[in-house]
Amino acid sequence: MKTIAKNIIDSTLEPVHRKVLAGERLSAEDGVRLFNSPNLLAVGHLANIVRERLHGKKTYYVYNQHINYTNICKNFCAFCAFARKETQQGAYVMSMDEVERKLRERLLEPISEIHVVGGVHPDLPWDYYVELVRRIKQVRPEATVKAFTAVEIDHLSEISGLGLTGTLRALKSAGLEAMPGGGAEVFSNRVRERLFPRKISSGRWLEVMAAAHTLGIQTNATMLYGHMETIEERVEHLIRLRELQDRAEGFMAFIPLAFHSANTGLDNLPATTGCDDLKMVAVSRLMLDNFPHIKAYWVMIGPKLAQIALSFGADDMDGTIIHENITHTAGASTPNGLTKTELKRLIESAGFEPIERDAFYRKAA
Amino acid sequence: MKKTIPLTAQNRRRLEDSEERLSYDEALRMYETEDLLTLGARADQFRQRLHPEGVVTYVVDRNINYTNICVSGCKFCAFFKAPGCEGGYVISEDELSRKIEETIALGGSQILMQGGMNPDLDLDYYVGLLRFIRGRFDIHVHGFSPPEIAFLADKSGLSVEEVLKALMEAGLGSIPGGGAEILVDQVRAEVSPRKCGSDQWLKVMEIAHNLGLRTTATMMFGHRETPGQRIEHLLKIRDLQDRTGGFTAFIPWSFQPENTRIDTPAATGVEYLRTLAISRLVLDNVLNLQASWVTQGPKVAQISLFFGANDMGSTMIEENVVAAAGVRFRLSEEELIRLIGEAGFQSAKRDTFYNILKRNAV
Repeated sequence: MKTIAKNIIDSTLEPVHRKVLAGERLSAEDGVRLFNSPNLLAVGHLANIVRERLHGKKTYYVYNQHINYTNICKNFCAFCAFARKETQQGAYVMSMDEVERKLRERLLEPISEIHVVGGVHPDLPWDYYVELVRRIKQVRPEATVKAFTAVEIDHLSEISGLGLTGTLRALKSAGLEAMPGGGAEVFSNRVRERLFPRKISSGRWLEVMAAAHTLGIQTNATMLYGHMETIEERVEHLIRLRELQDRAEGFMAFIPLAFHSANTGLDNLPATTGCDDLKMVAVSRLMLDNFPHIKAYWVMIGPKLAQIALSFGADDMDGTIIHENITHTAGASTPNGLTKTELKRLIESAGFEPIERDAFYRKAA
Repeated sequence: MKKTIPLTAQNRRRLEDSEERLSYDEALRMYETEDLLTLGARADQFRQRLHPEGVVTYVVDRNINYTNICVSGCKFCAFFKAPGCEGGYVISEDELSRKIEETIALGGSQILMQGGMNPDLDLDYYVGLLRFIRGRFDIHVHGFSPPEIAFLADKSGLSVEEVLKALMEAGLGSIPGGGAEILVDQVRAEVSPRKCGSDQWLKVMEIAHNLGLRTTATMMFGHRETPGQRIEHLLKIRDLQDRTGGFTAFIPWSFQPENTRIDTPAATGVEYLRTLAISRLVLDNVLNLQASWVTQGPKVAQISLFFGANDMGSTMIEENVVAAAGVRFRLSEEELIRLIGEAGFQSAKRDTFYNILKRNAV
């Protein structure tokens, strides 16, 4: 019978393998080495060691609803296909009644998390945001309101006049319980100047998240990859997240976001490849030793690859999202919604155990 | 008349050197119980032994479906029209010429001719079609899967051998491995009752191989068959290959359920990779294994290169059958080259027989 002739792990990765088995922290050099390894299965195998140590075969998904309250944004990041100017065709701001209607349309579904993100609108008043959170909580009291990326929070802290901590406190008392991890992009000044000069700096992004964690607001973190960042910049991004998590714990999951170029200012760039996507998941799992969860976001990489990613370090498939706007305006060819049955089938047919979770990774009721 | 396999001596030795082959039980156990990366690593290491140069090939070609009129009525098919139904066609000579000219202009070396089991087309039509193509164009015709050939033989009262000889004489260069579906009659009775049986499929291939006509083999999985029946399919291909050596490549792909009459969810990416890997391990005597980007998309097709595949198949300037079942991926040659390169392999354009025509710059 054909047995494996040699170990999956080659000699270049053996030192990393030893660290992984011993539970030692990986260095930036290790991260670069993993990204540069041509041995995709070995990198996956290492990540899977950590994944199984933390979660066994458990794979999480959440029944959630997305509310993208506005697409009007003053940042005009080069990689974004979603943002509009106020005067542009297709620009919108949802009124409170519209938000409520959207929520009521799905009131009979067992939704446990409302994911709320939008553009950085130049004129919406502070009251709008407080009322948005309040209204969602009112209509859907049993669901967790996970709202506003660090970028939006930074903007709100300017218009509220309450400072960063005061703003977060006010939103928290209105009903905000967790924050999504968007807007991190890549923590590199070089990339920032080229692609998103108007967006907050990496230092500020981390400062907002630290303030949230200190107030007991749990968050996620992301990285947008596959545009012009280098491997070293990816590794640096992961290490800065890891350092913040050491200092002020509060990140639940890391979500690598594959860049989609259609309808953006960078539409000459090709899509990320499957190898790149899987390596990104695997190296994140290995570098972020203090992050509980790594998410394979099927909207970004497709259900097939997200399912494969479960063997490369991911333990979360994200949501039974029925309608998602931002990635689909950038030409994602993934289906617009996956049902719970489909998600469970993907997880089970990959040999994992599906667990429906709430926003905080507790088993859903 | 029997031709030997044009394997290099080195490749032949590698195949013969392979360790003891997998039995049905071992293969089924591995397929059903091993974790994805272990199964993948086995297949990857076997692929490395067969193709240690790290070259991944592809062919530039076009699928030309000369007719969509078909009496077979397979439940998994979204492409066919029954005779007399609206939308049925037989390709015109002008259109055929135009399609071939475009293929040649794009650097294509072969056309894949496949069509329905059309009761109005007889042997003269096929011979005429081949003569027309070969008389005008310098292009390889990879055409007519076993169900088409078996149907034609039946209809014209000739033996399969007589039909194949006539087609070869008219310029047929090789045969695609389509219509195999799952080579287990119990499954075929359910999904494609009017198509040739598994023995007949294998018989057509055996006769073709013995006449010196090389072929590929396929497997369409993920409909009504069990995992054990997939393994059975692989073993039937392996047995025939032991006798003839005529298969150039094996191509598994997953059933796409949209617009068909089989109500089942499509096989997942993980199921595809597992099937690919076990195919690589069981078919120790078939040199090449193709990834199917047409059904899996470019991302999973690239990952396939670590699960046993050494060939990315065709650029498919035109594809109609899978598209009719709702799955439409497009890949340019440039994009195929990029995917292969980014996975760490050397890409090379090949011909039908897996001879390398051009190595691309890294």
